[in-house]
Amino acid sequence: MIEQKTAKIKIENLSKIFGPKAASLIPLLEQGIDRQTMQDKYQHVLALDNINMDLAENSIEVIMGLSGSGKSTLIRHINRLIDPTVGSIMIDGENVCQMSSRALREFRQTKTAMVFQNFSLLPHRTVIDNIAFGLQMQKKPAKLIAERCHYWLEKVGLKGFEKNYPAQLSGGMQQRVGLARALACDADILMMDEAFSALDPLIRSDMQDILLGLQKEIQKTIVFITHDLDEALKIGDRIAILNHGKLIQQGTAEQILMHPADDYVSRFVADVNRTTVLRARSIMRAHSQAPAANENTVTVLEDDTIQEVLHSMLTADSFLAVVTDKTGKAVGRIDSDMVAAAVNS
Amino acid sequence: MSRDDLRGLRKSIDASFRDFTIEYGDSLEAFFDPLLDFLIFSERLLLNTPWPLMIAICAGLAYTASRSWNIVVGVVAAFLVIGYLGMWTDTMRTLSIITVCTIVAIGIGIPLGIMMAKSNRVQAVVSPILDVMQTMPSFVYLIPVVMLLGIGKVPGLIAVIIYALPPVVRLTNLGIREVDSDVIEAADAYGSSAWQKLVNVQMPLALPSIFAGVNQTIMMSLSMVVIASMIGVKGLGQPVLKAITNQYFAMGLLNGFAIVALAIIFDRVSQRYGMRIQKHRQGGSND
Repeated sequence: MIEQKTAKIKIENLSKIFGPKAASLIPLLEQGIDRQTMQDKYQHVLALDNINMDLAENSIEVIMGLSGSGKSTLIRHINRLIDPTVGSIMIDGENVCQMSSRALREFRQTKTAMVFQNFSLLPHRTVIDNIAFGLQMQKKPAKLIAERCHYWLEKVGLKGFEKNYPAQLSGGMQQRVGLARALACDADILMMDEAFSALDPLIRSDMQDILLGLQKEIQKTIVFITHDLDEALKIGDRIAILNHGKLIQQGTAEQILMHPADDYVSRFVADVNRTTVLRARSIMRAHSQAPAANENTVTVLEDDTIQEVLHSMLTADSFLAVVTDKTGKAVGRIDSDMVAAAVNS
Repeated sequence: MSRDDLRGLRKSIDASFRDFTIEYGDSLEAFFDPLLDFLIFSERLLLNTPWPLMIAICAGLAYTASRSWNIVVGVVAAFLVIGYLGMWTDTMRTLSIITVCTIVAIGIGIPLGIMMAKSNRVQAVVSPILDVMQTMPSFVYLIPVVMLLGIGKVPGLIAVIIYALPPVVRLTNLGIREVDSDVIEAADAYGSSAWQKLVNVQMPLALPSIFAGVNQTIMMSLSMVVIASMIGVKGLGQPVLKAITNQYFAMGLLNGFAIVALAIIFDRVSQRYGMRIQKHRQGGSND
C-alpha cells in the first residue's frame, strides 16, 4: 500500500452555514439537521456538513464533487477566504480559524498559494509582473523576485511571453501564468480550485502532465478541486468525494473503485475505465509460490494497471499472470477470469 | 405653517447665519488663504508665460497625453484663433481656474470615492449629499458662499467645485466597487493588505472609470464658468455675462466658442489618454 504520510492539513468538525443568521443556527448542527430542512425551515444554506478529513503532506489530494457539493467552499476554508461557522483547520499545529488578521495575511503569503478556475490574473500587468504578484505582497527584494519569476516562467514554458498582457494569451497559457504565480511563492500548500476546468480537453491534459511533472520536483501538498472524475483519477494520490456538503469517501482511486462507500459513489464511478485505474495488486489473489514450469505464464508488476496486465497476457497468449513486487518476488496471481470480473464489476 | 411662523423661521435662520458669518467669516477667509495664493500663482503663471511658449507647452502636453498629431494640430489652431480674436487673457484665466478646480476636485474626490467604496455606511451618507450638490441650483449655494467669503476668486472656486466634484467621487466609488471579485479574491489569497490591494489591484482596474469621472468634472467646471463670473471670477465667463446684459450677440458667441474649444481640447486629450492607459484590455499584438 502507499506509504503513510503525515497530515499537513487537519480539518475537524467543519461546518458552514450561509445566511444572515448563521450563528444562531449552530445548535441545530449538533442535532444533526439536514441540508433540506435547513433550506426549507430556516432559509439558510448548509454548505458544509461536519467535514472531518486529513490532507497528507507532499501529495496531491483531490477533492471531488459536482457543482453545489461544497468543494469550492471547502478549499476556501483552508486559507480562510471563507470563515467557518464551526470547526477548525489545523495546519502545522496552528488553527487557521483563530489567526488574527495580521497572522492570517502572513500565513496566506508564506504557507499557501492558490490557482483559480478563471485564472484571476491582473489584466493591467504583464505576464512577468503577474507572476511577481505573490512575492511582491511578501515584500521580497526586487532582485530575488526577478530571479524566481524568470525561473518559473521558464518552468511553465512561457519564455518569451514576459511582456505580454493576459488578454493576449490563450486560456491554457493564462493558467500557466496562474500556476507560475502560485509556484513562485514557494508555499507549502498549493491550492487549485478547478484550475484546469475552464480549459479544453487537450490543453487540460497537458496541464495535468505539467503539474504531475512539477510535483515530482517540488513535493508540495497540493489540494486539487475538480468535478471531473477522470482528472481526479489521473492526478490524485487520494480522492475525497463530496456530496451535498458531506464528505462521502476519501481514499485512493483503487479504494474508491473497488469499495465505493455508497450508491452515490458507485454511480459516480460506474463509467470509469477501470482497466487504466486498477492495478494488478488490487485484483490479484495472494499467492507466493513460483509458477510450475509447464504453465504458460507472464510476469507482471504489482503496480501495473489491468490494461498493462491484459496486454501482457494477450501478447504472450497466456491465461495466467504472476504478479511480482519491485524486487521480483512473486506475490500473487491473476487469471483471465479475474481480469474479466474486474473489468465488468 | 402660518405665514407669520414661516417668516419668523426664515428670519431666525438668516439671523443666525449672519451671526455665524460675522463671528467666523474672517477665520474662514484665512483658512482659504492658501487656496487663494494657489489661484493667484497659477493665474500669474499662465498670464506671464509668453503666448508662443504657452501654445508650445499645451501642444506638448496634448501630445504626451494623446500621442495623436490631429489633436495637437487642433490645440494649436484653437489657441491661435483665440489669441487672434483677442480672448487670450480671458482664456488663460479660465484655463487657470479650471486647472486649479480639477486639481482640488481630484484631491478631494478620489480619496472620498475610495472611502465610499470601502464602506457602505460612508456611501449611504455621502450619496445623498452628492445628489444635493448636483441638483441644487447653483445660485442657492452661491448666497451663503458669498455671505461668508465675499466676492472673488475663492468663492467662485468653491461654487465650481461644489458643482463639479460629484462625478469624480461617484465614478471612483463605482469603479472600485466594480472591480472583478475574482481578482480581489486572488489578491486576498496571496495575503495582500488593504493598502496593497488598493494600489496594486483596485485603483489600476478602476482607472478607466476614475478617468471618466475626471473628464466629467472638467466639463462641468467649464460649464460653471459663466455662473462663477457672476461672483467676480475673471475669465471667459465675464464677457459672456456682459454680452447677456447688453445683448452683444457676437461677443457672447465668440467667448462661448472659446469655452467650447477649451472643453473639446480637455475632453479629447483626456479621453485619448484614458484609452492609452487601457491598452492591455485589447488582445492582439504587444508593443
